[in-house]
Amino acid sequence: MGYAAPRALDEALALLAAEAGPAVAGGTDLYPSLGEQPVPPGLVDLTGLPELRGIAREGGFWRIGAGESWAAIAALPFPPGFEGLREAARVVGGAQIQNAGTIGGNLCTASPAADGVPPLLTLGAEVEIAGPGGRRRLPLDEFLLGPRRTALRAGEILLAILIPEPPSGVGAAFEKLGARTHLVISIVSAAALVSPGPGGRIAEARIAIGAASPVARRLTALEARLAGADPSALNAPGFVTSTDVAPLAPIDDVRATAAYRREAAAELARRALLSAARRAGLAP
Amino acid sequence: MNERAAGIVAFTLNGAEAATSPRPAERLSETLRERLGAREVKVGCDAGDCGACTVLLDGAPICACLTPARRAEGRRVETVRGIVESAEGRALAAAFAARGAAQCGICTPGMMVAAAALLRAPGPKGAAAIERALGGVLCRCTGYRKIIDAVADAAAGRASPTETGGIGAARARLDGAAKIDGRERFGDDVAPEGALVLKAIRSPWPRAAFAFGDLAAWKAARPWVAAVLTADDIEGENRFGVIPPFADQPAFAAGEARFRGEAVAAVVGEAEAMAGFDPAGFPATWTKLPATESPMAAQAAGAALLHEGRAGNVMCRGLVAKGDAAAALAGAAHVVEGEFGTAFVEHAYIEPEAGFAEMVEGRLHLHACTQAPGMDREALAAILGWPEERIRIVPTATGGGFGSKLDLSLQPYLALGAIRTGRPVRMAYSRGESMRSTTKRHPARMRVRIGADAEGRIAGLHFTGEFDTGAYASWGPTVANRVPVHASGPYLVRDYRAESAAIHTNNPPSGAFRGFGVPQAAVAVEQLLDDLAAKLGLDPLEFRLRNALRNGEPTVTGQVFGQGVGIAACLEALRGPWAEQRAAAAAFNAASVSPLRRGVGLAAGWYGCGNTSLPNPSTIRAGVTPEGRIVLHQGAVDIGQGANTVIPAIFAEALGVPVEALTVLGADTDITPDAGKTSASRQTFVTGAAALRAGRALRARLLALANAGDAARIEARPEGLSVIEAGAARRPALAADPEDRFGYALRVEESYDPPTKPLDALGQGEPYAQFGYAAQIAEVEVDMALGTVRPLGFVAAHDVGRAINPLLVEGQVEGGIAQGLGMALMEEYIPGRTENLHDYLIPTVGDVPPIETIIVEEPDAHGPFGAKGLGEHALIPTAPALLNAIAHATGARVAQLPATPSRLFAAIRARHEQP
Repeated sequence: MGYAAPRALDEALALLAAEAGPAVAGGTDLYPSLGEQPVPPGLVDLTGLPELRGIAREGGFWRIGAGESWAAIAALPFPPGFEGLREAARVVGGAQIQNAGTIGGNLCTASPAADGVPPLLTLGAEVEIAGPGGRRRLPLDEFLLGPRRTALRAGEILLAILIPEPPSGVGAAFEKLGARTHLVISIVSAAALVSPGPGGRIAEARIAIGAASPVARRLTALEARLAGADPSALNAPGFVTSTDVAPLAPIDDVRATAAYRREAAAELARRALLSAARRAGLAP
Repeated sequence: MNERAAGIVAFTLNGAEAATSPRPAERLSETLRERLGAREVKVGCDAGDCGACTVLLDGAPICACLTPARRAEGRRVETVRGIVESAEGRALAAAFAARGAAQCGICTPGMMVAAAALLRAPGPKGAAAIERALGGVLCRCTGYRKIIDAVADAAAGRASPTETGGIGAARARLDGAAKIDGRERFGDDVAPEGALVLKAIRSPWPRAAFAFGDLAAWKAARPWVAAVLTADDIEGENRFGVIPPFADQPAFAAGEARFRGEAVAAVVGEAEAMAGFDPAGFPATWTKLPATESPMAAQAAGAALLHEGRAGNVMCRGLVAKGDAAAALAGAAHVVEGEFGTAFVEHAYIEPEAGFAEMVEGRLHLHACTQAPGMDREALAAILGWPEERIRIVPTATGGGFGSKLDLSLQPYLALGAIRTGRPVRMAYSRGESMRSTTKRHPARMRVRIGADAEGRIAGLHFTGEFDTGAYASWGPTVANRVPVHASGPYLVRDYRAESAAIHTNNPPSGAFRGFGVPQAAVAVEQLLDDLAAKLGLDPLEFRLRNALRNGEPTVTGQVFGQGVGIAACLEALRGPWAEQRAAAAAFNAASVSPLRRGVGLAAGWYGCGNTSLPNPSTIRAGVTPEGRIVLHQGAVDIGQGANTVIPAIFAEALGVPVEALTVLGADTDITPDAGKTSASRQTFVTGAAALRAGRALRARLLALANAGDAARIEARPEGLSVIEAGAARRPALAADPEDRFGYALRVEESYDPPTKPLDALGQGEPYAQFGYAAQIAEVEVDMALGTVRPLGFVAAHDVGRAINPLLVEGQVEGGIAQGLGMALMEEYIPGRTENLHDYLIPTVGDVPPIETIIVEEPDAHGPFGAKGLGEHALIPTAPALLNAIAHATGARVAQLPATPSRLFAAIRARHEQP
């Protein structure tokens, strides 16, 4: 046991196979999870792996290394479709957390309230995983299985998030609701992506809600309702209905009641959609 | 590669090469503090929630507690000690000092580092950028506004306003520099190298029986364990409590633990091995027992008693009755009533309890953060079965207290550990341990009825309050006493009945928290006063003014102050902003097409300074050395509020020298006489009055020695003291007094005890020599579709009698408002569920809006230079003012605090569904 900072993927996989310690990237989830327990005797620090680094466009996809920090994501000049992701990156904890915490760690921790997830779901993100048997790719919604549960198998490493190039002209937005302004776990969050269509109408809308079900999820019936819709409808309070948010399965906890989360999810969805529609050049 | 796996990590620390050997996954914060001596890096939570440990890693702010030390290999680490050597750091330090941006100072290193990162980065430095840069660091003292102002000054390259001079000057605190540049030493910063480390074993259940395995064998198998301590190791009484007749709390539980987090044993061992010790591995077996977790359950028929002799789990009751409240209410033209609840509120000082103890020449020296060194010594003496003289308490800098550090916490463990092992023993509570095991603000359930006559004068007020006092008494009796005395608010209420009860449960002990129950009572009464004003068709401010207590009118305990009643002056001071803001909110709402609605609310408060009808003396000592140096022994513990600045200022003014002429010692029970506890808004008033007397006494002695008259001037110079009279300077003859143990030529010691009279069976009497008064306006914006509240601003009028230091007055007001805001909107401690600073939320830099403090000076005959206490009334009106503002905006009231978005949304919905 010891501190291992592998510089090559094979070495990292071998260390994990040998159970040399928990894998760590930013450390912003690992250390708090210890509570009063001592720090583990070993650690496999993944931040030195080149495969986890870099943000670049590759063959129709944006590849974001799993080890990239929220600060790096917030700072990059992505196309407008990424605006929701960038907004989320700016509200994951404070500057200290954003400088250390990684997008891959956010997914692997798999908190139902992870702020990175709703925008990635609207972007149709996939994840790339390396393991002893090679690499595999999964859609994000198949990677996230439940609270603190992912499809990552023992000994595997999340390498990157792959995002198909958003259609040109889209607008995107992220809305977060918490009980204070900074350093707050979301009560509910919402991400939206809107593509403009002919005649000032919505061509396609995607909307995902966080913290209101075991895993953040898209509201596909609402998305279907919005295809071809007049964006001005989004101005009406109550446009997003309880039926639209019926697929959510919120819980009562110290932050809010389940009933409130349903109401707030509907309103946040409407606001995120409205904001995304405006950014798409639609003037509702 | 796996380089240096077992070896050394090397990096640049504040520009110098540093190399050390941390454990594999060791946190950078621990490495910096314990291996490299960088104790300016503070640890508040070990979870990235508070930001106190913020350092720059290659220029970027990160939490050192979330960073494996070995990741720093080859990189640049900067702490506040390095930052203050840079141009930005110097600018920030000057601005922080001038603006009063550091109070207790525990968050200041993190704030400074975060601010320096902003100043160094390209890009805007406006209000939004400052808020974002500081958003990751929590402060519990200042309310953030002065920190924001300081960073803005430094960013703009502008000099912050400063004042010099004596009483009344808004000058920087005398002990500020060390807090700002990281040299200040808090509870966990003082242990000598090689000290043993102590960890406590605590109950995982609210109520549990427990049994230990073979502790001797367990210890024998672990050579690094120096001692295992349990109740069996206590040679005195295994019982303490701040109010001796109610003392009921064991240092180590014996037989049964009464709340989750109660200590039953402790392990003392070598530091390196203790870092790997998991308390879960201690040989104790726990049996969960049925627990009572609410006052209702505790009073149910057949409920188990927490303490023998306290029938029905009622610890104590309080009563104040005057006139005939029932008859007045029956005859009132208008009556309002309501039921209100408040939550457990956690003090959440950023410094968890910490300290160390060692044996020195047969005596115990205990260095720890505290608010009450004298009481600590008394309580420890009883637990150890020692005379008090064998114990020396040396308070370290205290990183926030707010009432909870009045009680013993880790002191008995450290003492027993040092005595048993003969070696220095240190301990720092983890954040979870601090939250689980130390006192809380009492949750209250209150029913109130208030009547008014047709002219809008209060006609009858009946208050009943039930307070969850938790497993042990702590300050529960004080809360039960103070609430009935204060529940009327600062109004003339001739017919009054207020009853309180403190009920034991298997919850953490509730104790002192800024206001001793008075803020809870104000939440109920001040909201109903708004309802009553509405029924009368009166403006809430005019209604309060109509009923405001005046000089010569009796309080609800029948006490009549002929002078110094300042509530009307506070309310008058708010008239202008009140009218403007109410009108502006109405205009905004009329024009608003969004779900946003604005509201403006008001509340008032009062607070009796010092103990309630109990002796409460402070003593101040001062001496002059043969060389002519003036030394002040200042024992009032400064937990951030400013006693280290205010008490010397009062003494210096009375003596007639500038404060710079003083050498200030203390607090330290071997050096400073007892200045009482830092609580009950008493230090400026009571210790200040003692300092005033000491200053005058020393002046008289010096003038007599120089044979000079009262008008003579004392001049303190490096070469010695001179007395100047009629243009001529005389040097008083100063020879060391061989009898004086400090070697002084002159020595004075003066005490002050505020005059009070006992309360009778109906709570009638003179509980306090003075009250302080306050009234605040809160302006909010409510998102009706989400139930979220954004406070927009406060105007706070506070009668402090005389502002000894207006900068510190503002600091108390702003910090109090931030805590009141937290209590109103977000803070709720739930045992087992919100035991960290990400589930338990306190306000961040973005949550506290601009605050305008209006200092009202209605002098008090007893206070030094007319000064009154201030610490607690800063907070009392805040929560009800916010709740009244929310009601003004929405028409809805949240009966149970905190008014989270979820609860407010439900209240708005219910209100709008009413027929």
